[in-house]
Amino acid sequence: MEKPKSPLQSILLGAAVLAALVIYAYGFQVTKVNLEETRSPRRQEQLVRILRALAQPDILEYDRDEFQVNAPIQVPCPAGGSSVPEPDKSGPYMVLTPPCADPSAEITVEGFNFEPNTTGPLNFIPPSGVSLQMASIQTDANGHFSVTAKLPKRPNEQIQYIRGVTRRNVGRPHFSRNAGDTWDKIVETVFLALLATTIGTLIAIPASFLAARNLMTPITSPLTSVALSILFFPVGMWVGAGAASRMGAASQMMTASVALNVGGVIAGPLIVWGAARWALPPVEETSPGPALRIARLLALLVAALAGLLALFLLSNLALVAGHALAPRLGALSFLGTFVAALGDILGFSLVLVSALVGGGVLVNVGGRLGQIISERTPATVNKSLNLLLGTAAGATLFAIFGAAINWLYQINNPLWTLWIPAGVGAAAGLIVAALLPYNAPLPIGYVLYTITRTVFNGLRSIESLVMVIVFAVWVGIGPFAGVLALALHTIASNAKLYSEQVESIMAGPLEAITATGATRLQTIVYAVIPQIVPPYISYTMYRWDINVRMSTIIGFAGGGGIGFLLQQNINLLNYRAASTQMLAIAIVVASMDYLSTKMRERAI
Amino acid sequence: MLKIENLTKVYSPGGVRALEDVSFDVPRGQFLAVIGLSGSGKSTLLRCINRLIEPTSGRVILDGQDVTAANAEELRHIRRRIGMVFQHFNLVHRSSVLTNVLAGRLGYVNPAWSLVNRFPKSDAEKARREMERVGIGDKLYHRADALSGGQQQRVGIARALMQDPDVILADEPVASLDPVLAHSIMQYLEQINKEDGVTVLCSLHFLDLVHRYAHRVVALNAGRLVFDGLPQEIDDRRFKEIYGQEAERVG
Repeated sequence: MEKPKSPLQSILLGAAVLAALVIYAYGFQVTKVNLEETRSPRRQEQLVRILRALAQPDILEYDRDEFQVNAPIQVPCPAGGSSVPEPDKSGPYMVLTPPCADPSAEITVEGFNFEPNTTGPLNFIPPSGVSLQMASIQTDANGHFSVTAKLPKRPNEQIQYIRGVTRRNVGRPHFSRNAGDTWDKIVETVFLALLATTIGTLIAIPASFLAARNLMTPITSPLTSVALSILFFPVGMWVGAGAASRMGAASQMMTASVALNVGGVIAGPLIVWGAARWALPPVEETSPGPALRIARLLALLVAALAGLLALFLLSNLALVAGHALAPRLGALSFLGTFVAALGDILGFSLVLVSALVGGGVLVNVGGRLGQIISERTPATVNKSLNLLLGTAAGATLFAIFGAAINWLYQINNPLWTLWIPAGVGAAAGLIVAALLPYNAPLPIGYVLYTITRTVFNGLRSIESLVMVIVFAVWVGIGPFAGVLALALHTIASNAKLYSEQVESIMAGPLEAITATGATRLQTIVYAVIPQIVPPYISYTMYRWDINVRMSTIIGFAGGGGIGFLLQQNINLLNYRAASTQMLAIAIVVASMDYLSTKMRERAI
Repeated sequence: MLKIENLTKVYSPGGVRALEDVSFDVPRGQFLAVIGLSGSGKSTLLRCINRLIEPTSGRVILDGQDVTAANAEELRHIRRRIGMVFQHFNLVHRSSVLTNVLAGRLGYVNPAWSLVNRFPKSDAEKARREMERVGIGDKLYHRADALSGGQQQRVGIARALMQDPDVILADEPVASLDPVLAHSIMQYLEQINKEDGVTVLCSLHFLDLVHRYAHRVVALNAGRLVFDGLPQEIDDRRFKEIYGQEAERVG
């Protein structure tokens, strides 16, 4: 038995229903729901026209023969009656009844000896030569037709004409021009999605580890390490970028000679391999002495520089070879262009990558140095060092923020963008260093995790359709802007999806590998990566699928692909052409969907 | 050789006291069984020894070296001397058996090379030998999850042997296996203990296994050490102290 409802409950329920009604009523008003429009005959007629056009996609067409017969007519009738000559009845001809008439009067037009079973327009041709359609004609099996139509209001003293036009398909059907354009654009669309997915995935995979809670939260460092890392990072960036640009300049000198260039590309990896083999022995039971350590460090440094030089030379070689090959490959010239483009990408990304690697290496060095300091120095020394380092690191960090803000807003007042942030940062660093115990583990992993997540969430909330507008300004309207916008969105959303897969791996293998004495990086390679390969493949395929769908409309906002063509045809009211593009989109999306499902099944 | 001193572990959210002031010594070459109900702290005890779980207080001393005070680098060097075998085997399913076994060498090899899956030739040969030793030398190139439970546990033992361990921590190594397989796995552990002189700490559920294999038993109840002695000393009264008044002996 249900508990009886109190009157108050009933009143509240009634009020809730009423409130819902008001909310929906307001919704109708703001969304301008207009039933009058849907019922208006004019709108319905337009809708039917569009639907019919959409049902007849412009894919195949015939070459057409056109056949014209002119019949003179006087509008209005002259005073002496009609004086037009009799038609020549040996070929196709038309008879007008009456032979002359007032403007807007109805006349009957009969045609004889036309091509049987053809259609076409019946036009009125004034002396200006502009044709005005009066009616459509349809000939029967004997080539005869009869149609009654109204004359236009075009009175003129000269003789005017009525023209019967019939058209006939000749030959076999062939693809229309629109079908060819659609094919070109749909290919562009699929590859746009492929490139965006590839670029996005390449960046999203490493980023996803930073956004994985289970990998990041155990990482803690003492304040000494954090402060040293913050101080060392810009230095490392500067050193890395400097080394790369020096090597780039050095490679410029070597590229003058092809032999030197090719030799460098071959010798570089050999030097790297030899140095790495010597400096990184496969097994080491005892720790090496300081002299050997320094020698190894130098060897690795030489290897890094030789590697950079070789990569610059390789980039130049690809650029030169690609440009040389492109004109000779004929139809395959895009391969040469591609090789050149790869060389170009390698060349300009080297400085950036080298700066990041330099920063990363020095962050690592700073972290280790901090760890050693906090383990080996007495508490008071460590504490005073922390006060100093905390202040410096806080000031550096905030000064960098200040510089970024200045770059964005162009305040150009060093007091506000440099000295005050640096002062605030120094104070904050000092307070943190003073309040914390000298070797308290700071949850630096959790901080990085939170920052990464926040950035990706922010990026993900902006649709690629909006992002493409920014990229179209930067690289121009076209598919490249679409690639960049979709790639950025892929990074943001896949890094999140991937990281959730990392978070849901089985903890057992992780524990087992850790127990063997493996480092954190080894644990990731041996226990995490094997577990995440299938879901990563699956999500990447799914993302390609999404990107194909997105790239069909990214053209609406200037991102290239088939959307561009579709939008043009819709704006030109060319619905039959637009229908072809919609059909192409449907086919590609459906088959991508099928294909990606099949491939995901394989991967797991 | 292994000294546990006043080891206490309190899990931070909730304040569950998994271990309460546990102390005992293990001489070199002993086969020590750890018994107790589920949740009595056996797994926590074993994991505190190689600091997979960080103890709240107390010390673990291995061959005179304080494990609990070791820094990250020292801890890695200690861990590689302590092999570990798990109830659920903890193999990486999608990797080959060989890769799983070679993972036992990760503490020894240079991290840079291991990241690109390059191991010294001697390690690959050792992996082959250890797999022969646990009787499945023909399974090296199978995927780990293609093996049966008993075979997977043997791979787990081979992985621990790759570390050339002084100590093996076995956390209920046979709890997921049927009785016949259980004895075969226990026999491998016994063999390693006898032939190589490896100290074994093994948590077990079944007392007949304890009687058959262990030199000595420590028992935990709600995180406290309630018994430390020979297997045959566990009479009915002791049994009820360890497992509670309602417990009945099986097996």
